[in-house]
Amino acid sequence: MKHTTAFLAFIAVLIPQTSHAETSDADARGLEIATQADERDRGWRFQSSDMEMILRNRAGKESRRKISTRQFEVEDDGDKTLSLFHEPRDVRGTAMLTFSHGLEPDDQWLYLPAIKRVKRISSRNRSGPFMGSEFAFEDLSSQELDKYQYRYLRDEACGRYQCYVIQRIPRYENSGYTRQIVWLDQEEFRSIKIEYYDRKNELLKTLDFSDYQEYPGGFWRADRMEMTNHQTGKSTTLLWFNYDFETPLKSGDFNKNALKRLL
Amino acid sequence: MDRFTLAWGRWVTRYRATTIALSLLLTLAIASGGQFLTFTNDYRVFFGSENAHLQAFEELQEIFSKNDNALIVLAPRDGKVFTPDTLGAIADATERAWLTPFSIRVDSVTNFQHTTASGDDLEVAPLVEGITNLTDDDLSRIKTAALSEPALISRLISPDAGITAINITVELPGIDEETENPKVATAVRDLRDYIEATYPDIDVYLTGIVMMNQAFQEAAMSDTTQLIPVALVIILLMVFLQLRGFTGTLGSFIVIVLSVIAAMGTAGWMGIRLTPPSMSAPTIILTLAVADCVHILSNWLQKVRDGLGNQEAMAESIRINFSPVLLTSITTAIGFLSLNFSDSPPFHDLGNISAVGVMFAWLFSTTLLPALVTLLPAKPRQGRSLITEMMIRLGDWVIERRRILIPTVSLVIVALVLVIPRNELNDVFVRYFDDRIEFRPHTDFVVENLTGMYFIDYALDSGESGGISDPGYLVQVEQFSNWLTEQPEVIHVSTLTDVFKRVNRSMHGDDPNWYRLPEQRDMAAQYLLLYEMSLPYGLDLNNQIDVEKQRIRLSATLETLSTAQTLAFEQRSYNWMEEHTPALLTIAASPPIMFSHIGMRNIVSMLGGTTFALIAISLLMIAALRSWRFGLLTLIPNLAPAAMAFGLWGLVDGEVGLGLSVVAAMTLGIVVDDTIHFMTKYLRARRDQGLDAIAAVRYSFATVGVALWTTTLALAAGFLVISTSAFSVNAEMGFLVAVVVVLALVVDFLLLPGLLIRFDHLLWRGKGSHAAQSHLT
Repeated sequence: MKHTTAFLAFIAVLIPQTSHAETSDADARGLEIATQADERDRGWRFQSSDMEMILRNRAGKESRRKISTRQFEVEDDGDKTLSLFHEPRDVRGTAMLTFSHGLEPDDQWLYLPAIKRVKRISSRNRSGPFMGSEFAFEDLSSQELDKYQYRYLRDEACGRYQCYVIQRIPRYENSGYTRQIVWLDQEEFRSIKIEYYDRKNELLKTLDFSDYQEYPGGFWRADRMEMTNHQTGKSTTLLWFNYDFETPLKSGDFNKNALKRLL
Repeated sequence: MDRFTLAWGRWVTRYRATTIALSLLLTLAIASGGQFLTFTNDYRVFFGSENAHLQAFEELQEIFSKNDNALIVLAPRDGKVFTPDTLGAIADATERAWLTPFSIRVDSVTNFQHTTASGDDLEVAPLVEGITNLTDDDLSRIKTAALSEPALISRLISPDAGITAINITVELPGIDEETENPKVATAVRDLRDYIEATYPDIDVYLTGIVMMNQAFQEAAMSDTTQLIPVALVIILLMVFLQLRGFTGTLGSFIVIVLSVIAAMGTAGWMGIRLTPPSMSAPTIILTLAVADCVHILSNWLQKVRDGLGNQEAMAESIRINFSPVLLTSITTAIGFLSLNFSDSPPFHDLGNISAVGVMFAWLFSTTLLPALVTLLPAKPRQGRSLITEMMIRLGDWVIERRRILIPTVSLVIVALVLVIPRNELNDVFVRYFDDRIEFRPHTDFVVENLTGMYFIDYALDSGESGGISDPGYLVQVEQFSNWLTEQPEVIHVSTLTDVFKRVNRSMHGDDPNWYRLPEQRDMAAQYLLLYEMSLPYGLDLNNQIDVEKQRIRLSATLETLSTAQTLAFEQRSYNWMEEHTPALLTIAASPPIMFSHIGMRNIVSMLGGTTFALIAISLLMIAALRSWRFGLLTLIPNLAPAAMAFGLWGLVDGEVGLGLSVVAAMTLGIVVDDTIHFMTKYLRARRDQGLDAIAAVRYSFATVGVALWTTTLALAAGFLVISTSAFSVNAEMGFLVAVVVVLALVVDFLLLPGLLIRFDHLLWRGKGSHAAQSHLT
């Protein structure tokens, strides 16, 4: 299957395109590539990992956050994610549960240990910053295929890879972006770089993925993600550790009640 | 010296084509620097990069985010903001405001992130949603919420709910400074046009830092396009009236224009960015350049009248005038160069450009001018003019009344010096522009009806990472913000403690009793986390909290204050913190603080500049007059005019800002010219012709009286043109300089002659009246 799509994509390059059909062809090809990337990352079922977030302001001052996450793959809908905050100290034990969906707003709950209560988060606002970082919720939540409208732009070298460059336009409401440009390497369809364009269609941020590792089942994960805000000069680095695709997790582990029992 | 200057004069009148060609080539080469000239549009240029208050403010902006802004103020004609129509217009305009170039944040009443309890959950949503379906109940609920929200009241909504604002925060990348701010300003004006066209019942006013920066640029450009041509016409008219000749006027015109072009070209090569203060340099140069021309041309005409040939008369005029014109040019340049002592870089530029221009004026008036005007035959008027007669009569009158004039003028000087302390330092930068610049009337309206343009930021440090959630710290921040709110000058305080209180209330079912700070640190931090996670793109708290969650930015909006009031307020806030919340004590930072301090610093540094100019010029005078006694005597007519002018200013206005603080140093080099010309002729009469003091004074009046009168008139006219600038810093400076040059003439005509006669025995003691001949004559 995987080879068929690549083959089709390959064929698409060879077929001379008339300007009349160019737009729809580019759209189809963009979707094709995105679908391929999506399919490559299917079937991991569950995973867990630790993440360190390094926030930097324009002056270079740094601040760190530590979070561990567990994810559960859901067929035909967004994934379920549990995040447990370790640092900063004041929010230690705070846990977040996210049910992401395609076009529908995500469902999201936050457990606050200080009051031992679970609170629902206003879900419309997934464009806001995650824990004061340069990552928005929408950058971190699971990237369902139908969240965007795609268009193939070009092929291009990207670092040591050869990349497909596609544009995607958010189809869900309340996004902070007009469009994103994604660089996917042609061999493994891993995201290499994403550019985010704000409401006035100006380049807002760039996300660079690096230090990819392959995990059992052929799943690739970047150990390092670097988000740079070009407008404010702030940046955030995400470092991922301890990826685990082996320890089994159940769907039942992902519910509101589980939030309180995490720590 | 004489041989050299005579040779100079002969050369330039003989090789006219070469001289003209060389002058034009030189000008052309230098003028090509003009391509690098750009207008600045950033108020920060008024502060050197070393300026501590600017650094503090920049640092604060690096920790949080920049808050350069454009404020679009909407005034519905029916005086009601909370109607479906107006709210619809605000929402529409808010949405469009996001498209402003370089915008990173847009705040308005409609997109304000309102928190409410929804069951057990925290609901964070725009205050106004679904405008088409709003019921009367909804409208009154929205109105109540907005008017009771400290973050909005007197900032984005007036207490009477009649006027509202949309605040656009921009972050200019600073890569192409010339175009960035204008892009924002243009977009904001386009949006204004859109609002006014779409919603004709709403009046729109624009203010904010972006619009102020734009005003600086527009003021500089309006000075360029309006003042320079007017000054040029007036000055040429005066030259024409004085010389009554077309040739001389045309020659002067070319010299003046080339001097200005060469000076501005040099500015371009030096990489100077044009500011409103430096844009008065062209007017200043053309005003000063004319004096050189007048001196050279009048002697030339006189020699022709005396029967010399056209070129020979010019060579003779060059011989006579070369040294005095060079000396006056150097002293004038020294006065301008002393502006480099200023704390405010635009005044360095003004001084340097003017100094360069003055030297070019000297060069061109001793080369190009003689070459040009001798191309055509001179047609001097015959006989003494009426004005020369009047000068001679004035001389006689002064000599006759000297016993009354000396004490009278001295008394006036002393009296005016005594009222100098009436002047008060004041720099109100929002009033730098007059009503011709759109920024001013709009800002006045906004300040009067909605909010202030003055703000002061405090970066309150909790001392540890995450410390902003510490209840002990929060209580102190709340105390300080409460204290600020109580101050009569304060219109609005933006503080994170209000957010904490609001969230706490909503976490407790919107119970007003819970509108207070959370009492546990982890609870506060987690509430904040929950709230932050609910905020959409561009409306986060990163402009108020640093990345370490260690500091809060507290921002107080103030009424427009005088410098003294601003400094007093700043000090009062430090005192209060020291006494009540010493842990929070920090430096206040903001443009008003910067402008308030620079006024004082500039006066102190310009005292140094004035002293430097005074010493340098006095030494030159002593050397040039070859007498330390006469050199020291000139201190009186050189110093008195500026002192008297500031005394007069103290009586009339009394507010001294950036522009006036450079006047003393700047005028010193100009007023000294009168003294040089008068003294030179006086000494020549005493030393060469063996005349006594009274006869020598009479001779001075007869020979340079008219020239001094004319050049003073021209100078006063030129600077009065500057005094009509839309930029008050220039306008006040121009006016006061005009006053100084007029007073200088008064002192030189009414006091100096009397002193020369009265103290003749002291001045000449130990020397014969045939002392060494001054090389000036």
